[in-house]
Amino acid sequence: MSKTIELKKKVLSENDALAAELRATLGEKGIFSLNFVSSPGSGKTSLLERTLRELKDELNITLVAGDVQTENDANRLIAAGGEQVKPLVTGGSCHLDARMIHRLLPEINLDNTDLFIVENVGNLVCPSGYDLGEDMKVVLISVTEGDDKPLKYPSMFRRSSVMVINKIDMLELCDFSMERVRENALRINGDLKIFETSCRTGEGLEEWYAWLKEQVKQKKA
Amino acid sequence: MHELSIAQSILEIVLREAEKQKPARVVAVGLKIGALSGIYADSLEFGFDAIKKGTPLEECRLEIEEVAIRGQCHQCGHVFDVRELLFACPLCASGSIELKHGQELDIAYIEIDEETEDWHVK
Ligand SMILES: Nc1nc2c(ncn2[C@@H]2O[C@H](COP(=O)(O)OP(=O)(O)OP(=O)(O)O)[C@@H](O)[C@H]2O)c(=O)[nH]1
Ligand SMILES: [Mg+2]
Repeated sequence: MSKTIELKKKVLSENDALAAELRATLGEKGIFSLNFVSSPGSGKTSLLERTLRELKDELNITLVAGDVQTENDANRLIAAGGEQVKPLVTGGSCHLDARMIHRLLPEINLDNTDLFIVENVGNLVCPSGYDLGEDMKVVLISVTEGDDKPLKYPSMFRRSSVMVINKIDMLELCDFSMERVRENALRINGDLKIFETSCRTGEGLEEWYAWLKEQVKQKKA
Repeated sequence: MHELSIAQSILEIVLREAEKQKPARVVAVGLKIGALSGIYADSLEFGFDAIKKGTPLEECRLEIEEVAIRGQCHQCGHVFDVRELLFACPLCASGSIELKHGQELDIAYIEIDEETEDWHVK
């Protein structure tokens, strides 16, 4: 005799529970938190380096730099003035999960943190389903990647709150339409907040800094 | 790409459940996978079949139901199927949508076979 038993359990329920715990911990302390995602090389570390250089006197920024293999990104962020930077080497895993962040927590001084940012592994697919307890996901896309990326990776763009279009200094070298990428992204997620930046020339970064400071302020209030 | 780690999570959850159902044996696992879950059903089955070997779930199969994307408009409340990745309300054209379905990655049920008695020696 066979019998069916209802389970109704989320496959990632363990991850979700840990993420909820992280979110509550950060929330209690009024810390604004972001999860940076993109394809490899879109400029996550570059944007964080600039952000550190610009805002480190105003905000205490804690960074977790996820990487499959090296600690290069963490070292770059330390060189850019990051005072609390934790490397997180996954040793092959294509995404970060809440347990990895949870494990790092004892090493992090949350009382001295206004802004908590995790740089995820460069990958537009796998990190999308893993909640890390962040307030928002920020998805980066660079102009060399093609303006149809939001349609190819809808899950990630749907779950993100912010999209940063980076490397706009290279626009003239690429057949990348700013209009089309916005159209494609907003088709997937009409609530996306969009920035256009160049980490090379600094174009567009003022708006990004202002937005970030405002979010930190609102979270503290 | 991360279907293997998802398969591993499913295996762990179902193994725990199988323990509770002894001596009955779990013969199938019913999954609900949203079209926007980022999970590819074929790869998941492939991964699950590879890691179940040598476990009490060796004979267990996956029954995968794909769930379509369904949204509700924040502006007018209309509930609709999202077709061709157009996340906009067909009534009022608003792009501010809450997803009701499509991101699932759930174990809906398990099917057990109560007549198997040799489960213990297996
Ligand atoms: N021209 C130009 N190059 C950029 C810009 N932003 C980043 N780069 C370059 O792009 C390359 C990759 O940048 P990273 O910041 O390492 O990218 P990432 O997203 O952190 O990469 P992973 O962590 O490996 O996924 C580097 O050589 C950067 O110098 C930009 O705005 N314009
Ligand atoms: Mg990086």
